[in-house]
Amino acid sequence: MEVVHPADLDEAVGALAAHPEAMLLAGGTDLMVEVNFDRIRPEMVVALRRLDDIQDVSRRRIGAGVTFRRLESGDHNALAQLARTIGSPQIRAAGTIGGNIATASPAGDSLPFLAGLDAEIELHSTSGTRRLRWDEFFTGVKRTARRPDELITAAVLPEDLPDFQEFAKIGQRSAMVISIVSACVFRWRDGRTRVALGSVGPTAIRARRAEEMISEVAEPGPAALEEFARLVSQEVSPISDHRGTDDYRRHASGVLARRLLERCLPS
Amino acid sequence: MRVQMTVNGEERVCDAKGSESLLFALREHLRLTGSKGACEQGECGSCSVLLDGELVCSCLVMAVDAHRSEVVTVEGMGGAELHPVQKALIDAGAVQCGFCTPGFVVAAAALLDENPAPSSDEMREALAGNICRCTGYGAILRGLETLVGDR
Repeated sequence: MEVVHPADLDEAVGALAAHPEAMLLAGGTDLMVEVNFDRIRPEMVVALRRLDDIQDVSRRRIGAGVTFRRLESGDHNALAQLARTIGSPQIRAAGTIGGNIATASPAGDSLPFLAGLDAEIELHSTSGTRRLRWDEFFTGVKRTARRPDELITAAVLPEDLPDFQEFAKIGQRSAMVISIVSACVFRWRDGRTRVALGSVGPTAIRARRAEEMISEVAEPGPAALEEFARLVSQEVSPISDHRGTDDYRRHASGVLARRLLERCLPS
Repeated sequence: MRVQMTVNGEERVCDAKGSESLLFALREHLRLTGSKGACEQGECGSCSVLLDGELVCSCLVMAVDAHRSEVVTVEGMGGAELHPVQKALIDAGAVQCGFCTPGFVVAAAALLDENPAPSSDEMREALAGNICRCTGYGAILRGLETLVGDR
């Protein structure tokens, strides 16, 4: 096995262009599990942990190499909330948002955040930089539109950020679990609302009919909240597995989304 | 590939094969067997080490990626005397089979470096990535609470 420790972005994408079969190694929290169980034997690895060019965070741009530990405190409430729920301190110190995006697990905890904000994923290669909106980038269960010669460099958030944002997830305990349902709700003072959910479909899902309905309601009362929850439950498409049934996930999606919306409303 | 690391303050070199983990390199090449291998998927924390100052699971670090890094294992805790966390766990009788103990020592020491006076809830959160199959959590937490209370 060969390993490249690129000194900068050009070197990283140069290595990928020359070796599109190379595996990208960031925090290792996904890849090394596959390696340890002998499900993947990499021939070539491009190691990103110390690639400075993807380590910066600003209000609208989150470098792909930023660990969840660093995201535990920051400008975006929901992003900090989700970062604090990921794995354990050991996992958060290693795992990166770029890795979460690249793995594209249906349960990836940062993905509802990106979906709800209509974030773009920035990809860099020797032929240049392109940005794909989240719904163009995530194409299925652990499938993305990233070409083998491309490196994810950042998640880019829109200019118009919400006034209120909340994240929560349901798991069997509070640490070291894979989400049964996760959800992010965003609301602006003018009423516009977005809701995105994870673990209830092949990729993160936006509950757009629920969004449209509740965005028209300036001060949602119990009836509007109930209708919002009902619409969210209708719009998700969960599977049954050992972590939960589809019925449970559908019900929990509505409950979770409604609670998060309530937290976004002035009390 | 030749991997050169500073381990517990000493320059060490080993020949890492393929994609083997830092845990494997520490145990099998450098004969530092304090870090334990159990789940090999980052769930149990018994392989916890500090990598460039960050608490990580050494089973999830590719050995070649630790090249030119600084690693601290449980063997590097305390120096000539026991680390205060080690002493606290002994005093509290917080060791049953002992397999998880090195991971708890490294994780608890990392917590106290960052936050010298953690609350009980903060301790629980900081140790959420360490599993004790004997379920000795009560004694482990009591040991740490006594240590923090005595300071």
